[in-house]
Amino acid sequence: MTDTPVLSVRDLVVEIPTRHGVLRPVDHVSYDIRAGEILGVVGESGAGKSMGGNAVIGLLDRPARIVAGEVLLSGQPIHDLTGDAIRRLRGKKMGMIFQDPLTSLNPLLTIGEQLTETILEHLDVGQTEARKRAIAALEEVGIPAAAQRINSYPHEFSGGMRQRVVIALALCAEPDLVIADEPTTALDVSVQAQIVALLKRLCRDRGVAVMLVTHDMGVIAEAADRVAVMYAGRLAELGPVREVLTNARHPYTAGLMASTPLASQGRKRLRQIPGAMPRLGALPSGCAFHPRCEFAQDQCRAEPGPTLDRCDGRAACWFPLTTDQKVSA
Amino acid sequence: MSALISVRDLTRIFDVSKPWLNRVIERLPRALLTAVSEVSFDVPENSVYALVGESGSGKSTIGKIMVGLVPPSAGSVEINGVDLATETDTKKIEAVRDDIQMIFQDPFASLNPRWRVRDIIEEPVTAKSGKAEGLAERLLEQVGLSAADSGKYPHEFSGGQRQRICIARALASEPRIIVCDEPTSALDVSVQSQVLNLMSDLREDLGLTYLFISHDLTVVQHMADVIGVLYLGRLVEEAPRDRLFNHPKHPYTQMLFDAAPRMDAFGREIDPPKGEIPDAINPPPGCAFHPRCPLATEICRTERPKMRRIEDTRVACHHAT
Repeated sequence: MTDTPVLSVRDLVVEIPTRHGVLRPVDHVSYDIRAGEILGVVGESGAGKSMGGNAVIGLLDRPARIVAGEVLLSGQPIHDLTGDAIRRLRGKKMGMIFQDPLTSLNPLLTIGEQLTETILEHLDVGQTEARKRAIAALEEVGIPAAAQRINSYPHEFSGGMRQRVVIALALCAEPDLVIADEPTTALDVSVQAQIVALLKRLCRDRGVAVMLVTHDMGVIAEAADRVAVMYAGRLAELGPVREVLTNARHPYTAGLMASTPLASQGRKRLRQIPGAMPRLGALPSGCAFHPRCEFAQDQCRAEPGPTLDRCDGRAACWFPLTTDQKVSA
Repeated sequence: MSALISVRDLTRIFDVSKPWLNRVIERLPRALLTAVSEVSFDVPENSVYALVGESGSGKSTIGKIMVGLVPPSAGSVEINGVDLATETDTKKIEAVRDDIQMIFQDPFASLNPRWRVRDIIEEPVTAKSGKAEGLAERLLEQVGLSAADSGKYPHEFSGGQRQRICIARALASEPRIIVCDEPTSALDVSVQSQVLNLMSDLREDLGLTYLFISHDLTVVQHMADVIGVLYLGRLVEEAPRDRLFNHPKHPYTQMLFDAAPRMDAFGREIDPPKGEIPDAINPPPGCAFHPRCPLATEICRTERPKMRRIEDTRVACHHAT
């Protein structure tokens, strides 16, 4: 195995021109994902997590577009590919798992037809072999009696089983990278645990690089190796999951952790971050988090927060927290 | 202490059959979905009773029956001694309806986009030709918004602010009980904590009683005094919060706790729970949980467990000790 990361995103900027000016849902974001690694991407709604994922796989809806930076898949630039070129990579090299399994499957085709179509498209195999592989893929994701269920339609499956089919579909062409956008948000707790365990197993067994986009800190803690925290289109913090979650350096991450009910156990009131995330059209000057930050100083109000490569590589903050500082809110 | 809300053997059956002609042609039987089945519990005044369960467990249906949006098929809900479904004295009904309000999950769907915030908040009072002068402004300040917001429309607010407006509307008729159906599920974590804090403050200031419906165990653990766990329409366990979280007795409750993602469980390798909630139209015989239960024995497959009391826990399991 080489040292080249499976996915390498460098200074990615996505812009949406609107009548009221240009919005930047993804602003100078850089990260790598290695083979067999799960990178968790967390943030609140509107933080740019899904936009970042869509930009990587070339699924940005116009007028959103990549204006700067690069996306390297196993060292090859893919951010400027269009049309057929990116379509061939999608599915073959990159698999996708979306939040709602019902809308990502075609209701008019059996799951067998959908799986074999994908396999025939991307792998050099015949019809019989494709069907055999489809059954194997379903078995791998834990669908019982796969040989019979392959002729069923999506509506005949339950939510958890459907999400397994989507995962089988994402993995059947043996991609190097899987982007899972809120894969468990629509599922119940017990099914969520099954899907998270499945993702971890597949990642480990097949050495796939996984980008796990979610807003659930608990899922991140259990599944991810490293975590990227996003705020208003920028990376706020990036690091090993245990480090970031227990010893946050960016005040936003610290506030986010403190405001989850679990962390405030036994306390009567939850800690809260005042205010809400700014809209992209009305970002404050300086660091986007400063109006909600209790440690904000003049520099934070005047200058935009540093990008990760310009500071310690961990927290994009002028005054990262040290261990003895506590968020009180 | 007498209970403010008292639910007895509450059952709700929905008819989900195909149209009669299809049934005749395809020889299908009637399909009856038992959403809630023989649920009984009491909620004392100024406490928080939480109902937890996965989708399809009937928790929202119980909430809707409580406020009178759905009539029960059998059993009763008494609020302050008045059963809304059978009471004939209109004065009593009116009084109880003022006493109970609801907050819904999705603050984007539960506010009329064409109404100004003032009209939305004052409606519970003006609909009964009450005087609502300055009420909206006062309530907006109480829930942490500004009085000047009363002339705005819902689209001008963020999700968390909208949920505050929903809370203000629920407070307008000066209720004693608020049924909250997943009040923070649609909100981000940092906003969720603001709304939960607001709800705790209001409970203290106004002496409110909450029926709190949620699937999120961490939120429930923070908010509730007593928790009822539902599985397939039946109450399987009920206990005071600390008791339930420290000593879960029903295997389903234990499974839920084990499956819930934990923030301190880095790279935890768990054996995920088996199976999914069964079909509510044809529930398994005996204990509905037996196909997924690690403790299931012969008796679980044939006989439905009765609710038993063990210390201050009520549990419906043959094997609970």
